[in-house]
Amino acid sequence: MRLQYPTDIKIILLPCTGKLDVLHILHAFEKGADGVYAVGCMEGDCHYNSGNLRARKRVEQARHILDVIGMGGERVQMYNLSSSEGPRFAQIAVEMDERIRNLGPNPIKRAKHRAA
Amino acid sequence: MIVADKKPIEEIIEEIKEHEKILILGCNECVTVCEAGGKKEVGVLASALRMYFLNQGRNVTIDEVTLERQCDHEYLEEIRDRMDQYDAVVSIACGVGVQFMAEKYHDTPVYPGVNTCFLGVTEKRGLWTERCQACGQCILASTGGICPVSRCAKRLLNGPCGGSVRGSCEINKDIDCAWQLIIDRLKALDRLDDYEKICALKDWSFDRAGGPRKVVREDVQE
Repeated sequence: MRLQYPTDIKIILLPCTGKLDVLHILHAFEKGADGVYAVGCMEGDCHYNSGNLRARKRVEQARHILDVIGMGGERVQMYNLSSSEGPRFAQIAVEMDERIRNLGPNPIKRAKHRAA
Repeated sequence: MIVADKKPIEEIIEEIKEHEKILILGCNECVTVCEAGGKKEVGVLASALRMYFLNQGRNVTIDEVTLERQCDHEYLEEIRDRMDQYDAVVSIACGVGVQFMAEKYHDTPVYPGVNTCFLGVTEKRGLWTERCQACGQCILASTGGICPVSRCAKRLLNGPCGGSVRGSCEINKDIDCAWQLIIDRLKALDRLDDYEKICALKDWSFDRAGGPRKVVREDVQE
């Protein structure tokens, strides 16, 4: 399909989004990520039954924590799509890229820069 | 096990905001099972606090340690060598661990990171319910293994009150009537005659009414 999507997205492969943990998301932000989104299978279609549903809950937990500490929970998002939806994948990448650009860089990164 | 629930991060931040070097201390026992104060929760809380303080422009050290238990001397001694590095500890063990930690490290403020709730069971992941109030004189032998002290809202010892409605307690229809459970269980055990036995006045001095309690076992003391 040769679809175009923003180049500033680093894809981390997981065997299932059920492997995703709140800690993975938080550590990504601690290390300077501006945003994190999880892309899982369609709800009801998880090969392991409930991996994507677990991921959604963990993403919601991370959103809540980021809101509480003033980082902005909207920097984290869960998406569900099937492996045949390439155009949708690219569309989500563009959507998330725009959202994060509007929010600005990770404030931790700025704070670390100021401290250095 | 002792069941605890996480405190809101806002509340913990309020407790520790004046400190600069903080140890987040977890416990590998009960609070790990109820997902409130184990190694993973230590990691999540520490990460959130590190980001919060950085975002506030403050360089606060937040370290993570999870001990096997916080209710025994030998495990708490494991951190003695490093305690001089910290000016505060957030213990996410149960209230027992927080207090024992505070007793052993008298000069360091210890803040609770969880709310200790009750002695209970894991009904399923994410659902913990109360089973014991540690009243000090167990009567489960005569109640079919179901405790009216912890499971009856009125702690009745001789049958249900008038508020038992179709197996539910009058204070909340989602709470089982303990006495309905007891009667059903005694029926299943073919021991319904036990229900007729009058339970004498309970000596509540073994409960909290007698003040802080202790168990002394000279046979196992060194």
